[in-house]
Amino acid sequence: MRAARPRPARLSAADVLRTGAAGLRTRPARVVLSALGIAIGIATMISVVGISASGKADVQRRLDRLGTDLLVASPGVSLLTGEKAAFTPGAEKTARRIEGVEHSAATGTLTGTVRRSDKIPEEDTGGITAQAATETLLATLRGELRRGTWLNAGNGRFPSVVLGSVAARRLGVDEIGRQVFIADRYFTVIGILAPLPLAPEIERSALTGWDAAREYLRFDGRPTSVYARSADGAVSRVRGLLPRTIDPRNPQDVKVTDPSAALQAKAAATGAFTDLLLGLGAVALLVGGVGVANTMVVSVLERRHEIGLRRSLGATRGHVRLQFVTESLLLSVLGGAAGMVLGSLATAAYAASAGLPPVVPVWSISAGFAATLAIGTLAGLYPAVRAARLSPTTALQTP
Amino acid sequence: MSPATSPSGEPVVELTAVRKEYPGGVAALAGVDLTVRRGEMTAIVGPSGSGKSTLLHIVGTLDRPSSGSVRIAGHEVADLRDRELSALRAQSLGFVFQSFHLAPGVSALDNVADGLLYSGRPLRTRRREAAEVLERVGLADRMAHRPHELSGGQKQRAAIARAIAGDPVLLLADEPTGALDTASGDAVMALLHDLNAGGTTIAVITHDHEIAATLPRRVRLRDGLIVSDTARAAA
Repeated sequence: MRAARPRPARLSAADVLRTGAAGLRTRPARVVLSALGIAIGIATMISVVGISASGKADVQRRLDRLGTDLLVASPGVSLLTGEKAAFTPGAEKTARRIEGVEHSAATGTLTGTVRRSDKIPEEDTGGITAQAATETLLATLRGELRRGTWLNAGNGRFPSVVLGSVAARRLGVDEIGRQVFIADRYFTVIGILAPLPLAPEIERSALTGWDAAREYLRFDGRPTSVYARSADGAVSRVRGLLPRTIDPRNPQDVKVTDPSAALQAKAAATGAFTDLLLGLGAVALLVGGVGVANTMVVSVLERRHEIGLRRSLGATRGHVRLQFVTESLLLSVLGGAAGMVLGSLATAAYAASAGLPPVVPVWSISAGFAATLAIGTLAGLYPAVRAARLSPTTALQTP
Repeated sequence: MSPATSPSGEPVVELTAVRKEYPGGVAALAGVDLTVRRGEMTAIVGPSGSGKSTLLHIVGTLDRPSSGSVRIAGHEVADLRDRELSALRAQSLGFVFQSFHLAPGVSALDNVADGLLYSGRPLRTRRREAAEVLERVGLADRMAHRPHELSGGQKQRAAIARAIAGDPVLLLADEPTGALDTASGDAVMALLHDLNAGGTTIAVITHDHEIAATLPRRVRLRDGLIVSDTARAAA
């Protein structure tokens, strides 16, 4: 009888969960409403991160396809004549000799206009440029033909032309074999290019073979643009060497651009946009947490009898505290889980409608879960402490 | 009266000079000496304001006295910390309330099983023992019913089942028939008598003299003092 001091029992994890869930089971409407706040917050954050990640993945996918390893060199404006200069003939072959350059090509701008026929007035160029292109251009740009064939050693000597995608549309040419009027004679369309996102100037060009341009269009054979495709990781080195290699006398005038830079800037911009919306999601989550805390405070007030009963059944203050923190955590996790599902669905729906690859980063799910746990604990702590402090005799009093 | 009432049993409750004062100088208990022995069935009677609820709280270790000594099941309450008192309640005391305090929306079986939650028994054991006591109180066919599907008398029998599950040293019943009609009240009292005959020590707090009259021992309380005790009178 006069045995050791009584020691309170430790509840098993399953019992802690059961007890925490018991308070929720009997009040489903309140559970749904207060979990909704957390759900909206988490869903906002997940979908913001997900949509932006999907957008980035899309830009990245395009970048991967197009490559970030293309450089375009163009001659500067001559200080003496004020005219746009040109490289020496064969500059693209010199560029090819730089270590790391895998493909190189050149284009040379021609003076003549490109028209549908000789009936069209000469001023009506439609913004289309006639250019001479080396045979290596298509491979260097990783371009594809929508129709017909590319320029080669054979057809490149004859008055034949390959149209860029925009040029073909503006000229109203949709099939090969048609004739277009360049400068003062007709050229036969032998191919139409697919869009080239990295080289919009080529999309707007009518391309003739190098030799044909010299023979029929009084081309001097001096390239006005040199395209260089380099091996992975060699881009920055190639960029440094390119001006000196192709124009050793005036390297300072050579302008080297990286067409993929614009796309990369776009990827970065997608990220900047995210931070603001993420902040908005965090505010929603905070409001959700306040909602849970409020629900818990009300719940403690309402359940004084239950608390008193549990104390009379032998619950320690710790048991009561644990019960209410668990309840708040469950409420929060319930909302968080719903929010994650909603956010992922929203991301998938947006990605499907915008043609993006749907991406929900794992870190956003784990961060959302961590935020949910933190909010649940914080929101439950104060009400739980209040519940535990309640004197059992007051709690049992019938009002 | 009852064969189980053996005044020679070991003491379950020993109060010595217990006072309880509330802020403002009101003395709810003004020096109470009371011993309840194992196997006894005692009525604690008194009008409202006599201090019988305070006495229940102190005997039930839900509250501590302002002065005096309280020993419950051999433990000096003043020596125990709050969590140890909780454990003492879990292991040695059972409570029955006037308003039942059953959890709404939870079956009778689980209401009774939850009474054993803080004793540290696993769920399976709690449910098995709950089923056994529900059978003992005559609710074998009502185990799956939720409180709103039970009559008042059945609710109180479920609450008694919850209190005696785990075999407490002392069962404290606070106006157990207060919310019941006469027939249900009589049935509940008959059940308490049966339990006492089976060996359970019971203290019933009531203001109802008729109910008190049916119990073997009656302690009468007025203004925080014991004015009569049938056990003491017999001694």
